[in-house]
Amino acid sequence: MNKKTRHKLLRYLKGYGRQSVLAPLFKLLEALFDLLVPLVVAEIINVGIAQNNVPFILQRCALLVGLGVVGLACAITAQWFAAQAAIGCATAMRHALFQHIQVLDFSQMDALGTSTLITRLTSDINQVQNGLNMFLRLFMRSPFIVFGSVILAFSIDRRAAMAFAVAVPVLSLIVFGIMRLTSPMYRRTQNQLDGVLRLTRENLTGVRVIRAFGREEQEEEQFRRENQALTRMQLRVGRLSALMNPLTYVVVNLATVAVLYAGAQQVEGGVLLSGDVYALVNYMSQILVELVKMANTIVLTSKALACAGRVQAVLDLEPQMAFPREEVAPEGEEAIAFDHVGLTYAGAGGESLRDITFTVRRGETFGIIGGTGSGKTSVVNLIPRFYDATAGHVRLFGRDAADYPKDQIRREVAVVMQRPQLFSGTIRSNLLWGNAGADDAALWQALETAQAAEFVRKKPLGLDEPVEQGGRNLSGGQRQRLTIARALVGRPRVLILDDSASALDFATDAALRRALRALRGELTVVIVSQRTSSLQHADQILVLEDGQQAGLGTHEELLASCPVYREIYESQFRKGGESA
Amino acid sequence: MKSGKARQKISGAVVRRVLRSIRPYRLLLILSLVLAALSVGTQLLIPILSGWAIDQMLGAGAVNFAALWPILLAIAISAGVTALAQWGMSECNNRMAFCVSRDLRNAAIGKIQRLPLKYLDGHPTGDLVSRVIADVDVFSDGLLMGFTQLFSGVLTILGTLAFMLYIDVPIALVVIFITPLSILTAGFIAYKSEKYFRRQSQIRGEQTALINEMIEGQKVVQSFRQEGPVLERFDEINGRLRHASLRAVFYSSLTNPTTRFVNSMVYAGVALAGALSAVGGGISIGGLSSFLGYANQYTKPFNEISGVVTELQNALTCAGRLFELLDEEEEVPDGPQALDLPPDQVTGAVELSQVSFRYEADRPLIEDLNLRVRPGQHIAIVGPTGCGKTTLINLLMRFYDVDGGSIAVSGRDIRTLTRHALRRSYGMVLQDTWLKTGTIRENIAYGRPEATEEEIVAAAKRAHAHSFIKRLPQGYDSPVSEDGGNLSQGQKQLLCIARVMLYLPPMLILDEATSSIDTRTELKIQDAFGQLMAGRTSFIVAHRLSTIREADVILVMRDGRIVEQGTHDALMAQKGFYAKLYNSQFEGAGD
Repeated sequence: MNKKTRHKLLRYLKGYGRQSVLAPLFKLLEALFDLLVPLVVAEIINVGIAQNNVPFILQRCALLVGLGVVGLACAITAQWFAAQAAIGCATAMRHALFQHIQVLDFSQMDALGTSTLITRLTSDINQVQNGLNMFLRLFMRSPFIVFGSVILAFSIDRRAAMAFAVAVPVLSLIVFGIMRLTSPMYRRTQNQLDGVLRLTRENLTGVRVIRAFGREEQEEEQFRRENQALTRMQLRVGRLSALMNPLTYVVVNLATVAVLYAGAQQVEGGVLLSGDVYALVNYMSQILVELVKMANTIVLTSKALACAGRVQAVLDLEPQMAFPREEVAPEGEEAIAFDHVGLTYAGAGGESLRDITFTVRRGETFGIIGGTGSGKTSVVNLIPRFYDATAGHVRLFGRDAADYPKDQIRREVAVVMQRPQLFSGTIRSNLLWGNAGADDAALWQALETAQAAEFVRKKPLGLDEPVEQGGRNLSGGQRQRLTIARALVGRPRVLILDDSASALDFATDAALRRALRALRGELTVVIVSQRTSSLQHADQILVLEDGQQAGLGTHEELLASCPVYREIYESQFRKGGESA
Repeated sequence: MKSGKARQKISGAVVRRVLRSIRPYRLLLILSLVLAALSVGTQLLIPILSGWAIDQMLGAGAVNFAALWPILLAIAISAGVTALAQWGMSECNNRMAFCVSRDLRNAAIGKIQRLPLKYLDGHPTGDLVSRVIADVDVFSDGLLMGFTQLFSGVLTILGTLAFMLYIDVPIALVVIFITPLSILTAGFIAYKSEKYFRRQSQIRGEQTALINEMIEGQKVVQSFRQEGPVLERFDEINGRLRHASLRAVFYSSLTNPTTRFVNSMVYAGVALAGALSAVGGGISIGGLSSFLGYANQYTKPFNEISGVVTELQNALTCAGRLFELLDEEEEVPDGPQALDLPPDQVTGAVELSQVSFRYEADRPLIEDLNLRVRPGQHIAIVGPTGCGKTTLINLLMRFYDVDGGSIAVSGRDIRTLTRHALRRSYGMVLQDTWLKTGTIRENIAYGRPEATEEEIVAAAKRAHAHSFIKRLPQGYDSPVSEDGGNLSQGQKQLLCIARVMLYLPPMLILDEATSSIDTRTELKIQDAFGQLMAGRTSFIVAHRLSTIREADVILVMRDGRIVEQGTHDALMAQKGFYAKLYNSQFEGAGD
């Protein structure tokens, strides 16, 4: 990862400055004590045993115990600080990311998609936490032990320590080289595993089609092929990474042989004592352990940095839309006005809306109709400024839509989206989203208008009936009516129903429209539908085809003048039994 | 207590199954164990050898080079043998692990093809996928790697003890005496941290649920200005998570330092006992050095083993979940006398007599259903949600077997036919538009892979899919991503229709086949459907009037029974349930 990410990461460590310095520092102390042990033992051998000095031996062994105790204390302190810093940082990051997602534009959310946002909030940040924790604990310790061992070896005897100068680079080459070679292979293997996973899913979700076409054997065969490819890749990368331990082991032991030989010569020459040779051999075996740890830390850290980069990428997204802060007073008779409006979604090839012009007066009911993909939702999404028009102007109550603060425009315009989305809690807690201060009477009134009062009353707990995640425990029609009620609770000036009565039967749909008409005068209603029957009483209907305005007028006018509308109407109300 | 016993029994069965799945690789297993023993043996020799080497260096001018050389050579050879044995062992283990998981996955996918839909409909896809993918992974990693680690860990401990006892009994006793300390502390830490880990994962689950819900509903959150309250809820959970995580991470990170501490106590003990013994002339300096070498690594296998045990348990649980899937009862296989039914022998006659069926034993659904369909007739099925329309199709295709009565096709009970033969007789377009990852072409030709280019294009044209396919960057070779994510719902449905248009089956089942297509396009496809259905027995479930009105027979279903039956005009004249549905425009009634 680049410096910038690393720099920004540091922001979340703020407040944990003390911990992030102390953790590695205490680790360093612990390492220092570890490094002293072989020297103490060498002394025991060279002085204590050689001179039969029992008090000396006792004293040095007490020192060994002391070193262990102090080392343990240091290590525990270090782990505590490291955990505090890593978890504090992750908590702060999670908060920052979640908060940031709340202010992202709809177009940014479209571009990102929900699943990646969820991954970044959960597993990516967990990875950062693990990586940081490991990093704080080991980034000082491991290099310190490796180089400390080399330095101490040289301080014991330069000639005998030459083996270290050769072994350390060779070991590093093996450890880091194999990691470098295998990491892209592991990535490819993971991709192949994802492929096998996809096939498994497909075999389950498509079971009816597969069996209907009698393709079970071919599917199984394809799975076996992909599975075999996966196994081959796993074996290949496994074989390579299995080289690391044996190779390093051989190198370390050859180096030990060299140390023993050089040591023997120095002992012969009277330069060294046998205790020193022991210490040298001991340092050699410490190096290997720490090198492997270091390599693992590097892998983990770089993974964590990659994850941090992914989190940072979202945090770096600046909302493209600016909202003023000052509330403005809605005025005029025109509730909604589109003036030659065009819309091109970010990253899309072509325009989704072109040259749309219409005016809706206060209290009117406005219908929008058109085939799948004709741009109906795009039109209504411009009204509460979920997106900005890329051409022309959208005006709301006499003012440009961009003149309203975010909070105000979303309060004035309530959208009931195509997919009825409820949240876990109770019916009441869902309705209160429209207006946290609403009393029960207001909630019931909204439920009545939305034709939901009857079924809510039938629930054992009424308004306090629990709602499961996504409203799973309610039927599609019930969910739709509750989302309509939720929008009504906020007493908006404009209510938009984006095909949100599709799961209602004709009678309920009609009753809903009647109830909404009764609120007339206060409420401007925009209804998006595929059914002409839902719209024929609207004051005006906008007909869309491929993002263009194909007609505008009342039901009767359109039947007379708009061929697209007529075709839609006839496809739904064709009488008699001709053709098929 | 009782459930614990039951679990143990299951574990026993699981272990036997595991052993059976390893059986084809038993030579590899034996080889791996032999190599493990070899590598442990040579590895443990090295501290002794280097101790001997140090013993040859008595002091200035007193180094016995003649004796030193062979010792050094022996160290090099031991290291080489250890390395080779280790490498061979990992190769064996990898082979075993990866091949066993391959075999298990292959078995699982084969099983999935033979499981009754009752099972597959009743189990979430995600759960089954995770058994085939994640559980198998944990199993192969944990069990097979764990097994060999356990084996070499135990060998290392025993070997170390043996070597230490060989060098010097009293000092070895010192080591054995201090060892339980290590096990105790490791156990204590594991106990402590597990408690916090459980709490951490519970809170994490809570947080993930909130994240899932709120991020998925982000647009609703923003349009209702709920950013603040939602963030508050998030932060509350985040705070608790921090508290639990801090403890979980801290306690678990104590394992290493405390082990190192116990190790250094063992080390100090050996140094003391060894040095004192050496002073008394009991042990050589080289012997002391070997001892210290052992003491340095002695506790390591203990930690590994305790880790391995949890991994093994984990692996067995995962294996158990997979075996559960593999043990599920399969569809009753086609009997040996099951007949083939070549397409040219399908007359199109279908007869249901006294059919009864229920998904759950205590909830009757279809009772005593009788229906006689003459060849070439078009049967529309209408009725409110849950009335059994889709169930009827499940029975016709024999995705489910009837509980009572019988269904006959071309005069033969469908249970006397092979499933392939029966299903081949129908072409099916469902509301659920399943496409396979691959190209557009492969998807259209799914039922007839041998179809020519011209046939594929012709089918696409009939389904009114040709024009949008042509506009795609790579035309018929354009990739279809997972779940057809790059296509609109309507486009996917057109492809499903093209698939059947190419397949040209003797009979048709259309279950809400045009539900995602706007009414104008639907009108255009009607003609194509009309041609396709001409002369073919067809079952049509739809809630749009235009698709149903022309049917020869309309079955009006309610609560699993056919309540009315007849042509549109006859039923309208009856002024019954159908007329009521019709007058409410049918709309919504079918969902």
